[in-house]
Amino acid sequence: MVSAEREVRGPGPRPRGRAEVVAAAGPVVRASGLARPTVGQVVRVGPSRLLGEIIRLDGERATIQVYEETAGLRVGDPVEASDGPLCAWLGPGLLGATFDGLQRPLGALAERGRWTLGAGLEAPALDPARRWRFTPLREPGENLVPGDVLGAVAEGPFEHRILVPPGAPAGRLRRLTRGEFAAGDPIGEIESERGPGLLHLAHAWPVRTPRPVGDRLPVLDPLVTGQRVLDMLFPVARGGAAIIPGGFGTGKTVVEQTLARWSDADVVVYVGCGERGNEMAELLTEFAGLEDPRSGGPLLARTVLIANTSNMPVAAREASVALGMTIAEYFRDQGYGVALLADSTSRWAEALREISGRLEELPGEEGFPAYLGSRLAAFYERAGRVVPLGRPGRVGSLTVVGAISPPGGDFSEPVTQASLRLAGTLWALDTDLAHARHFPAIGWTGSYSLYVDALAAWYRARVGDDWEACRRDALGLLARERQLLEIVQLVGADALPDEDRIDLAAADLLREAFLQQHAFDPADAWRPPVDQLALLRTVLRARDGLQAGLRAGSTVETLSHSPPLAELRRARSWTGPNVAERLAALGEELVAPVADPPDHPADPPGKAVP
Amino acid sequence: MNLSVRRARGADRLAGSLLVLRRVADVALGEEVLVHGGDGRLRHGQVLELDESFVVVQVYEGTFGLDLEETVVELTGESFRLDVSTGLLGRTLDGRGRPIDGGPAPVGRRSLDVNGSAINPAARLGPSEPIETGITAIDLLATLVRGQKLPIFSGAGLPGDELAARIATGARIAGNDRFATVFAAVGITRREADLFRTAFAGAATLDRVALFLNLADDPAIERLLTPRCALTLGEYLAFELGMHVLVVLTDISAYAEALRELATAREEIPGRRGYPGYLYTDLARLFERAGRVRGRPGSLTLLPIVTMPDDDITHPIPDLTGYITEGQIVLSRELHDRGVFPPIDALPCLSRLMNAGIGAGRTRPEHRPLADQLYALYARGRDLRRLVVVIGEAALSPAERRILTFADRFEAELVGQGEHRRSLEESFELGWSLLADLPAEELTRIPLALLAERRATRRPRAERAGEPRSSSRRPPP
Repeated sequence: MVSAEREVRGPGPRPRGRAEVVAAAGPVVRASGLARPTVGQVVRVGPSRLLGEIIRLDGERATIQVYEETAGLRVGDPVEASDGPLCAWLGPGLLGATFDGLQRPLGALAERGRWTLGAGLEAPALDPARRWRFTPLREPGENLVPGDVLGAVAEGPFEHRILVPPGAPAGRLRRLTRGEFAAGDPIGEIESERGPGLLHLAHAWPVRTPRPVGDRLPVLDPLVTGQRVLDMLFPVARGGAAIIPGGFGTGKTVVEQTLARWSDADVVVYVGCGERGNEMAELLTEFAGLEDPRSGGPLLARTVLIANTSNMPVAAREASVALGMTIAEYFRDQGYGVALLADSTSRWAEALREISGRLEELPGEEGFPAYLGSRLAAFYERAGRVVPLGRPGRVGSLTVVGAISPPGGDFSEPVTQASLRLAGTLWALDTDLAHARHFPAIGWTGSYSLYVDALAAWYRARVGDDWEACRRDALGLLARERQLLEIVQLVGADALPDEDRIDLAAADLLREAFLQQHAFDPADAWRPPVDQLALLRTVLRARDGLQAGLRAGSTVETLSHSPPLAELRRARSWTGPNVAERLAALGEELVAPVADPPDHPADPPGKAVP
Repeated sequence: MNLSVRRARGADRLAGSLLVLRRVADVALGEEVLVHGGDGRLRHGQVLELDESFVVVQVYEGTFGLDLEETVVELTGESFRLDVSTGLLGRTLDGRGRPIDGGPAPVGRRSLDVNGSAINPAARLGPSEPIETGITAIDLLATLVRGQKLPIFSGAGLPGDELAARIATGARIAGNDRFATVFAAVGITRREADLFRTAFAGAATLDRVALFLNLADDPAIERLLTPRCALTLGEYLAFELGMHVLVVLTDISAYAEALRELATAREEIPGRRGYPGYLYTDLARLFERAGRVRGRPGSLTLLPIVTMPDDDITHPIPDLTGYITEGQIVLSRELHDRGVFPPIDALPCLSRLMNAGIGAGRTRPEHRPLADQLYALYARGRDLRRLVVVIGEAALSPAERRILTFADRFEAELVGQGEHRRSLEESFELGWSLLADLPAEELTRIPLALLAERRATRRPRAERAGEPRSSSRRPPP
C-alpha cells in the first residue's frame, strides 16, 4: 500500500477494477468495484483483511457485514473478494476443539499464547500439522455417490467416518489410499462425468446451506438426559427441538451444560453465543477432566465448542449458530446422534437486530427485523432424525436445544414467541423456583412436550409400561397442589381438610424427592430412566400410603413424619445396581398400614408454603 | 507527536453531540479527533461513521458554542489511548484519565487503546479463589471470586455506593499484598465524589486505589470513556503486572443513559425504553474484560453498581446486566428503612462462581451446606412472615415460630453488621450460632455427621452463654 497514492486521492471517481471501501459505520461497510459480487460471498476488508460477508447488493455497491472490529478502517481501503460463501471445514480434528463463530481455532491460538483476539486473525480451522490414520472401506472401481462412507479415522475412541462430500458428483473410485494424512491432504481420486476429482480427509460446506439428507424419519426415541424432570415429564425426542427460556439466574446455562455433560448423544456441539467467557472456561476445564461414561475417554472428546462470547464481534455471533449447526449436521450425516446446544439464541437474534438496524431496515416488533421468525424457523428445522445420503444405509439424528434469554423474564417477547411455534418441547424456567433454590428450575405449569405420544412405545419397551400413567398422575398432583396453594395463601394450611393436606404433603414430596436434582452431586446428577421411573412410582405410592393411613385413622402430622417417608426424601442419592428394587421395597413399606400409634413429636414441622 | 495529523476547517452540520464535516482524505473509523472551536475552546471527539462525502464525529463535550465556519477539526490518526503505569495508583483522575488532584502528570509506562481486545475464551483460566470482602452476607452466601463480575443492584437513596466503597477498602486476598482497586465513578454528584474521596483517603489502602471521576455535570459522552479507562488500567495491572485488581464501576445506569443520549443523537432505532438495541453488547464489552488468563498470575474482578430505576429489576439496565454478570447482590429498601446496613436482600443474591471459590482449602469445608441451610431457613422465614400477615402469629406451630425468630436474627445480626468489618472466621461463627437454636430435623441441608460434630463441640458453649432456648423438646442430634 503506497501512502502517497492515498493522499492525492480525494473523494470522487476512482479507477474501476479495484474494490474498495466507500463507507463504514460499526460492523457495516459498503464497498464498490467488486467484480460480479454475490450475496453471501466472503470478502476481506482493509489492510488487516477483516473477514466479512456480502449481505446486500445495490447497483455496483455491495453492503458487507464485517465479522470483526472495524475501528481503524478508512474509505479507500482495499476489499478483496473470495470465491464463495462462508464455509465450515469438516473433518478429523473438530472433536475436542474450541472455535470462534468463524471457526478460528481458539484453543490452538491460546496454546500459542494468543490470549486476546485482535482483528484479522487468520488460522486454519483444522490443524494442518496433525496427522490421522485413515482406513479405507471402499475399493478402486466401485461406483460412489455423495454421502458414501469412504473409510474411517479413529479420533480417540470415536470412529470418524469420512464421506464423499454431499456436493460432489457421483463417479467411479480410481484410488483410495490407506495411511496417515493431515485434514487437508488428498486421500483418493474419483472419476466422474465432470472429469477426475480429488477426495480429501476434510471438506468445506457453506454454513448457511442445510446439508442434504436422503430421507427424513419420524422421531422414535428420546434424548436421554438423566434429568428426572426432563426424561419423565417433558422429554425431547432425538431429532426434535427444545427451547429453554428463562430470566437471568434461573439456570439456563446450567441446564445446557448438564445436557452437554449427561445426555446420551454421540456428539455434542455446544454453541456459546454471546454469553460469558468464564462459563466457557469452566466448561473447557471441566470437560477435559470428566470421563464420558460411554466411551471411557474425556467428555471433551465428544464435544465441539463454539465460543463467541458477548464481547466478541456481533456479526460473528450471528454466524456462530450456523457454524455449529453445520458441524452438527456433518456428524449426523456420519450416522450419529448429535445434540446441538445453543446458549443463547436471544443473543443471536440481537445480533440480527443490530445488523438490521445498521442497514436501516424497517423494524418489526421490539426492533427485531420482520424476518426473525423465518430465520428462527430455518434454524430449528435443521433438527431431525434422518437417513443420510449414501451407503451404507444409516440413521443419524440432530437434536436442537436452544436457550432463550427473554428481557425481564417476560415470555411474551418476540424471540420466545417465535421459537415456541418451532420447538416440540418447552422447558420453561421459573424465577420463583430458582429463588426458592429449586433446581433445575423447570416449571411444570408452563412446560410441555409434544413428543410424549411418539415416545410412549419406547418408554413402554425400555423403561416401564406405567410411564404414561405415572407421568399423568404426577402432573395431576402438581396441578392439584397449585389449586390448593391458592387457598392456603388466603386461609393457611391448617384450614384445609385432611385429604387436601395429604395432597399438599405428597406434592411437596414430589418436588423435593423427585423434581429437584443436584447438578453438582455426583450421586444425583445423572440417573438412568429406569431408576427415575422407580423413584416416581414410589413417590406416587407414598401418596396412596398417606391416603390409606388417613382413612385408617392416623393424623396428617403422624403420617407425614413416618420413617419410610424420611427415607424416601433421601432416596435421590441412592446409588448402586439395585436402586429400583430398593425403591420398590420402600414403596411396599409406604403403603403398609401404620401399625403402632406414633411416638413422634406432636410438634408439626408445618409444611412449607412454597 | 503523530505525523499524520490533518486538519479540516468548517463543519456541515452540528447537532447535539454530533459534528458532520465534508470528508477529508484518509480518515479512519474510530479515530480520535480534536475540535478547535471558534470560541477558543478545545473539544474532543471520535469518528463514528464515514462515507465518500462525509465524516460523522461524536464530540464528547457537545457542540454547544461551535459554528459551521470557524470550527477546525484535527485528526490524530489514533483511537483514544490511556497512558498507564502503577503511578496512577493513589491518584485522582478525571473521566478521561487526566489528574485532578493537583499532583504532577503521571508518567505512563504504556499507551493503550482504551477499547481493549476481547480475551480469547480458550485462554481464560476458570475462577477458583475467593476474595474476602469483609461483608458477611457476601462472603458467606454469595462469595465473590477472583475474576468474577458481580454487580450490586441498588436503588435511588439506597447505600449502594457506600457498600461499594466499603468493599473496595475492606477487600482482602488471603496472603496476597499485590492487590489494587480501580474505582470509576460515572456521572456522580459532588456529594458522592466527596464520599469516595473521604473513604479512600481514610483507608490504609490509599496508595492502592486509582480514582476516575466523571461528575454529573461533566460531558455526558465522556461517561462512555471513563469505564474504559478504568478497565484499561485494571487490565494492565492485572495481566501485565500480575496484580489482583478490583474494578468498581458506579453507576452503570448513568453510563447507559449516556449511551442512549448518543444513540438518539445518531437517530438510531431505539430498543426497549429508548435504549439502543446494542446495550447488551456494549455492556458486555465492558464487563467481559474481567477475568483471569492462563499463564498470567493476576486477576481482574469487576463490581459494577446499578441503580435500578424505580427499584425495578426488570428494567433493561439491571436486566441486561444480570444476563452478563455472574450473579448479583441486591439491596432492599425495606431493610434499609429498618436501619440495617448493608441492606442486602439475601434471597435474590447469587454468586454463580461461588462453588468454584469456596470449600476446603479456599474458605471452609462446610461452606456450601452452611450457606444452603442459612438460605433455606431464611427463605422459609420470609414465606412465614407473609402468612403471618394473613392468619396471625398465633396460628403458627412452635417450629414455625422458631424459623420466624431465625429470620429476624438473620437480618439483624448476620446481614446487619453495621460499620464493622467481619473476617471470614467471624462470619462463619455467626452463621453457625444462628443455627444453634434449631433442632437437627430442621437442618436438612447439613450432613448429619457434620452437624453432630458441630453440636458436640459447640453446644456446651452455647449453654454456658445462656442463650434462650425456644424448645425443650429438641431431639438429640
